[in-house]
Amino acid sequence: MSSNVRFTDFKSDKQPTWCPGCGDFGTMNGIMKALANSGTDPDNTFMVAGIGCSGKIGTYMHSYAIHGVHGRSLPVAAGVKLANPDLTVVAAGGDGDGYSIGAGHFIHAVRRNVDMAYTVMDNRIYGLTKGQASPTSREDFETSTTPEGPQQPPVNPLALSLAAGGTFIAQSFATDHKRHAEIVQEAIEHDGFGFVNVFSPCVTFNDVDTYDYFRDNLVDLADTDHDPTDYDAAKEKILDSSKEYEGIIYKDESSVSYEEKFGVDQNMSDIPSGAPDDAMDLVREFY
Amino acid sequence: MPADFNWAIGGEAGDGIDSTGKIFAQALSRAGRHVFTSKDFASRIRGGYTAYKVRTAIDPVQSVVDRLDVLIALTQRTIDENLDELHEGSVIIYDGDRSTMADVEIPEGMVGLDIPLKALAEEAGGAIMRNVVALGAACAVADFPIENLDSALQKRFGGKGEAIVENNKKAARAGLEYVHDEYDHEFDYDLETTDEDYVLINGDQAIGMGAIAAGCRFYAGYPITPATDVMEYLTGRIERYGGHVVQAEDELAAINLALGAARAGARSMTATSGPGIDLMTETFGLVATSETPLVIVDVMRSGPSTGMPTKQEQGDLNMMLYGGHGEIPRFVVAPTSIDECFWKTVEAFNFAEKYQVPVYVAADLAMAVTEQTFSPETFDMDEVEIDRGKVVDDDSIDEWLDEEGRFQPHALTDDGVSPRAFPGTEQGAHMSTGLEHDELGRRTEDRSMRVEQVDKRDRKVETAKETEDFSPREFGDADSDTLILSWGSNEGALVEALDFLEEDGIDVRFLSVPYMFPRPDLTEEIEAADEVIVVECNATGQFANVVEHDTLTRVKRINKYDGVRFKADELADEIKATLDAEEVSA
Repeated sequence: MSSNVRFTDFKSDKQPTWCPGCGDFGTMNGIMKALANSGTDPDNTFMVAGIGCSGKIGTYMHSYAIHGVHGRSLPVAAGVKLANPDLTVVAAGGDGDGYSIGAGHFIHAVRRNVDMAYTVMDNRIYGLTKGQASPTSREDFETSTTPEGPQQPPVNPLALSLAAGGTFIAQSFATDHKRHAEIVQEAIEHDGFGFVNVFSPCVTFNDVDTYDYFRDNLVDLADTDHDPTDYDAAKEKILDSSKEYEGIIYKDESSVSYEEKFGVDQNMSDIPSGAPDDAMDLVREFY
Repeated sequence: MPADFNWAIGGEAGDGIDSTGKIFAQALSRAGRHVFTSKDFASRIRGGYTAYKVRTAIDPVQSVVDRLDVLIALTQRTIDENLDELHEGSVIIYDGDRSTMADVEIPEGMVGLDIPLKALAEEAGGAIMRNVVALGAACAVADFPIENLDSALQKRFGGKGEAIVENNKKAARAGLEYVHDEYDHEFDYDLETTDEDYVLINGDQAIGMGAIAAGCRFYAGYPITPATDVMEYLTGRIERYGGHVVQAEDELAAINLALGAARAGARSMTATSGPGIDLMTETFGLVATSETPLVIVDVMRSGPSTGMPTKQEQGDLNMMLYGGHGEIPRFVVAPTSIDECFWKTVEAFNFAEKYQVPVYVAADLAMAVTEQTFSPETFDMDEVEIDRGKVVDDDSIDEWLDEEGRFQPHALTDDGVSPRAFPGTEQGAHMSTGLEHDELGRRTEDRSMRVEQVDKRDRKVETAKETEDFSPREFGDADSDTLILSWGSNEGALVEALDFLEEDGIDVRFLSVPYMFPRPDLTEEIEAADEVIVVECNATGQFANVVEHDTLTRVKRINKYDGVRFKADELADEIKATLDAEEVSA
């Protein structure tokens, strides 16, 4: 890996089709900076993207990447990492991708604790299908398919992660460029599943959870005495619905990644040109 | 005395039926006899009827027959379930002291051996060994030297300590001696032994072993009958070769994990049964359109929905051939025997990487959970060849870069196959997507590129047809006017059915087809025959339909969908009946 990688090396020459002002621009730029700062390069990085506006991220970045089916980016990313632990693996998707259709995978990816980062571009709405409620939409958020609002409490992804045994739980804001990039970089460098819920406002369809809303309500934990290694303190912040927090909320410093637990440390693409030397032993087992 | 001997032990799930049957099968195999086993089992942990059946002979056996010579019955139901197979002179071993067997009815003409299995086991060291007492009794009946049982007992119980092994040997001998002492009957069996060394393996294990041999290093799956044995086989073994098994949260995750590993350059596999294929079909299209090499094993069981989870059926062919929205080539290979489960898995990995396609391995329950003996050389690992296809490295990647230095993973080529760069390859960074894409792997809706990419993917099938040998396996009389076609595990029963038919003066030609797509063109063979009969374990004749479509010829069909595999003798009768019906109508 080269040490003079710049974040623009992770940018493809494809122009994003996101709406002007979309939070996803900032989210992506932060991920690119985090990757560059963590010391990897495009040929040793694998991006896995889901479906939705957020899912286009892989196209606008330059790295090995796959844009998969809706909601399943996490198992794909885990498969990539386990097959070649030398790669830096980042999965990115939206709140619908991660907390609705992919909610099951989210919980199990957290439990599995494979060494990768997962950034959710949370705009609290379905943007690509032109404005329906998402699992993080407010209870009274009126949309074309929920004229009275969803009338269900929004999912608390941070709490889901904590309940599933999350070892790195963070939240960032797409336009707080410096902090966002720092937080994602920490998630990448964490030994395990680094989860970052990114507030990434939809300027077209969400007139509630706007840039102004987040600017006014966001509390940066770096400005408080919050200790992210304190589980109880993290729990309190995560369950506090009166505020929106930015920063690393919980980090288990004794986290051991799945690969380390299972001794998965080889690049599985390296195989012999025939059966392994002692393969007849496999046959003899059946005597 | 017939050349083969058919034995079974049956009782309730939880009675240790499986492990007892396995010990007997192993003992026969180690004594240099060929063995073919089958199981009647229920989808439950305890209760219900379950049986383990063993057919053995000096010559290879590859099927079950409709005959049972010796039955160890732990329940009355075991006898009732097998009345069709029992015959005059069949021996039924049971314990009249067992409450469930107090009023046992031994059918007319059969020999009942009432043996105090539990009491004798207790004397030998514990009631738990009562099945082993029964095995000893079976050795007496079959005139099978009891020393052969010892090594199988050693293999089964060695891990529990020498005392346990010795007690079991004692228990077996108690059963043997009881028969010798108490029954003055001349039994008509003599199970000879030979010096041959055989291995005893089932289809799921053969698939797992084939995967490791072929360089598979990543497996993700979700447990499901009857495919779980593949995962259990790989767990603890694939790690020795630097690989890993992930138990996923569901089949959706399993195939996506496997896809991720394949994108990273691993030879990767998942195995499931029909219900799992239903879920995996979502991601199948992504695998195919991103041109990711992946092996997907479908160990078919009776459907639809939960169906009959522990019963045989070949009902998923249509799904493998046509499943998924849109149109995209996939390969479907169908092993026709347990040893072919090994070889076809090896071949599936080569197809997957040479043509960058998903490859279904279509196995079925009847081969997956059945054990059969083979000489070890059947699985000659030196014969395993690995062809990774068009993989580029840091040097060879240059010729696949466009004028702007970008790698083209979907380059339009004459043979339809594009270059493949594993992550970590310099200058290889590229996008893959389920969206229609250009040569760079980027989304496009350009009309001509769309057509070119579709044609490119289809061209891979043409290339494979020109390059690979998709011939069927040929048996019987090549000059016969009667042609039998089949696929999957029916091969063994059909090959043995040919012998029964030959005894009746009927010669037929049998082609066993291991490739469902791309598949052999059978037009010539079908035109040369007067009668064509397609044999398969489903109701609608999914393979027969394909044959008719390919050759524009109507065929006759023998279909079985009662959940039970074909038996050789039964199949011979059905073929005769089909041919006779033809004569009558003519």
